[in-house]
Amino acid sequence: MASTLIVLAVIMGAVVFWLVRQTLNVQPWAEEGLVGQHHAGGPFSISSAKIGLIVFLAVASSLFSLFVSAYFQRMDFGDWTVAPEPVVLWLNTVLLIFSSIFFQRARNAAIKNRVGGVKSNLMIAGLFTFAFIGGQLWAWQVLHNNGYILSSNPANAFFYLLTAAHALHILGGLWVWSKTVFKLQNKVEVYKVRTAVELCAIYWHFLLLVWLVLFALLLST
Amino acid sequence: MAHVALADKGQELAHPKTWIGAYVWSQDHKVIGIQYIIVATAVGLVALALSAMMRLQLGFPGIFDLIQPNEYYSAVTMHGMIMVVFMLTAFFLGGFGNLLIPLMCGARDMAFPYMNMLSFWVYLASVLVLCSSFFVPGGATGAGWTLYPPQAITEGSAGSGMGIILMLISLALFIVAFTMGGLNYVTTAFQARTRGMTLMRMPLSVWGIIMATILGLLAFPALLVAAIMMLLDATLGTSFFMPAISDLGEVSSTSGGTPILFQHLFWFFGHPEVYIVALPMFGIASDLISTHARKNIFGYRMMVWALIAIGGLSFIVWAHHMYVSGMNPYFGFFFATTTLIIAVPTAIKVYNWVLTLWHGNIHLNVPMLFAIGFIFTFIHGGITGLFLGNVAVDVPLSDTYFVIGHFHMVMGVSPFLIVFGGMYHWYPKFTGRMLNDTMGKIHFWVTFLGTYAIYLPMHYIGILGVPRRYFAYGTTLSFPDSVQVINASITIAALIVGTAQLLFIFNIIWSLFNGKKADSNPWRATTLEWQTPDTPPKHGNWGPELPVVYRWAYSYSVPGADEDFIPQNEVPSENSKHEVET
Repeated sequence: MASTLIVLAVIMGAVVFWLVRQTLNVQPWAEEGLVGQHHAGGPFSISSAKIGLIVFLAVASSLFSLFVSAYFQRMDFGDWTVAPEPVVLWLNTVLLIFSSIFFQRARNAAIKNRVGGVKSNLMIAGLFTFAFIGGQLWAWQVLHNNGYILSSNPANAFFYLLTAAHALHILGGLWVWSKTVFKLQNKVEVYKVRTAVELCAIYWHFLLLVWLVLFALLLST
Repeated sequence: MAHVALADKGQELAHPKTWIGAYVWSQDHKVIGIQYIIVATAVGLVALALSAMMRLQLGFPGIFDLIQPNEYYSAVTMHGMIMVVFMLTAFFLGGFGNLLIPLMCGARDMAFPYMNMLSFWVYLASVLVLCSSFFVPGGATGAGWTLYPPQAITEGSAGSGMGIILMLISLALFIVAFTMGGLNYVTTAFQARTRGMTLMRMPLSVWGIIMATILGLLAFPALLVAAIMMLLDATLGTSFFMPAISDLGEVSSTSGGTPILFQHLFWFFGHPEVYIVALPMFGIASDLISTHARKNIFGYRMMVWALIAIGGLSFIVWAHHMYVSGMNPYFGFFFATTTLIIAVPTAIKVYNWVLTLWHGNIHLNVPMLFAIGFIFTFIHGGITGLFLGNVAVDVPLSDTYFVIGHFHMVMGVSPFLIVFGGMYHWYPKFTGRMLNDTMGKIHFWVTFLGTYAIYLPMHYIGILGVPRRYFAYGTTLSFPDSVQVINASITIAALIVGTAQLLFIFNIIWSLFNGKKADSNPWRATTLEWQTPDTPPKHGNWGPELPVVYRWAYSYSVPGADEDFIPQNEVPSENSKHEVET
């Protein structure tokens, strides 16, 4: 459980540090009246949607680190036989990196209010993502055809499980992506989709990071 | 972009036009909270009925013959899982969380009302899936609420077919529902607080619910991972948890899996889960005690830090549930130590409640009775927890009724007393009527004394060595015959306490129509939910202007003030301000 504990220690550490810092020198019983502007209302100057996403990323971090912990614990048992990683995974990694880059470009364009830039970058990012999903399915196919089926070995089972969990998160992101693209096709103004594009970019960077960790894990074991 | 928050400024609330829009597919946090409470109560009554059947079997074996051994195991499992997850977690976070967070923070609604509505409906789906498992071939799972493999999914144990699969699906749905709700609670408390509501002016109820939500968001994924992997083991023949099993000479197709991995994942969720229930309970208890003792909470800052500390520590104590699974002695030492350390902030909270009562102007209203009762049961259950936290004490007691007595006291009875206290306290705000006082007092005394009649003897028979999880004891176990007499008396007490809960349900329905009309602030409390322009609050809560907060939540019996409470949003007058400053 060490890897989970490290991830959670970081998250809980941040939460506890922030909360304690907010509360350390405050004596609410002695203060009356309207407090200074920096205390009024929400303490963050970012949107609620972004806070929601950040909290969700903490949840997803916990989920994936638990998968990794389970992987390490199960690996120590004798029946673990490593499956070879299909070469296509390297290509997929590159595809996902590109989709992340184009999401970032779409975000930059959205901030600068350039409709064309948002549209084209968003489309390209989506295409790279679909290609990534297709590539992952291909990798499954390769493994399956070579006899590395789900139930034959825990290493295979973990490979399918981790990639599936990651792909499901990407599909969830693609749902938001498709809604945004649909809005842009209907000539919705850029500032109305700015948040969605921004959140997509953050989410894709996060899932790229998760994939790099998972891929490194698969390669190193 | 500085300061847009406040739930992102001019967020429009969609006012529903139809009855269905207002009460069924509602996005109003109050309606969703009540929906959560109704479903949690309904499923809680199912769990209560299950416990009555189990107690009849244990108290009077062979006389009533209501359930067979297999069904007994299903009843044990479902009672535990329903009460912990589908009743208490849902009630505290989905119910009280939804009702109280926006009102106490001075918000118009949750940050994401639509997702909040989805959260409830997915929760309802999870409950329906869970309850449907009673009716599938083989019955509901009988693996114990911990669902340990291999027996959970091995043929021969109760509900190892569809029962366990539905249980796992139901848990996965619950986790999705909880995550959607949890994102809302956290975001709302951080973003939608009204002007002047600093973190340190929030009532402890909100603090407790928020810390519990953070724990839940980080801990429930462990259960999800465990549930997914077990589902694959059960349906697709993987061996995450399943070792090779030889049954009557036949060797199973699975091999090499490790049940201990499941135990780690389960308890990595399971122990924080205890605090997911406990932290809202702590918070609400603090508010009840302070309000009805007309005194500010003793050591507010310490109470907040204790909540934070308990939240952090709750992630590093999980393996104290696994002493009997066998572990490196140094691990056992580590987890015993952390378990004793987490008792420190918990004890600070108990001292602070007692010190709040000290020299308070105690009003023995029904909510206060429940809050004081809670202090007793919680100390009781907490101290037996310190016993069990030590490896040497836990190993012999782990599979006995001592543990049943312990956890029912600390996380069965105690949270329920606070659920009841909270219901008596806030019912007037959300219905406009008071609950009947006489029925409330009968409910309290029967429940409070009854729990001692049920659970104290369990500690005793546990020390005698009476094992838990047994359908009947047979003749091979060696303990005195008087155990059977004790078991019969426990059953009678349990049935009486169970009946008293029906009186509570009756009270809730009866008072809805016949209760005394409540004014907007019947307990003369300071917190914002009592200062709404309408009772019950309308959609949007606050009328045209959001309240502005000028002080913390505990201005009770302030020297020199006209009344013994000053609402959080009352504009300070010149002299009162002067007094505070000097």
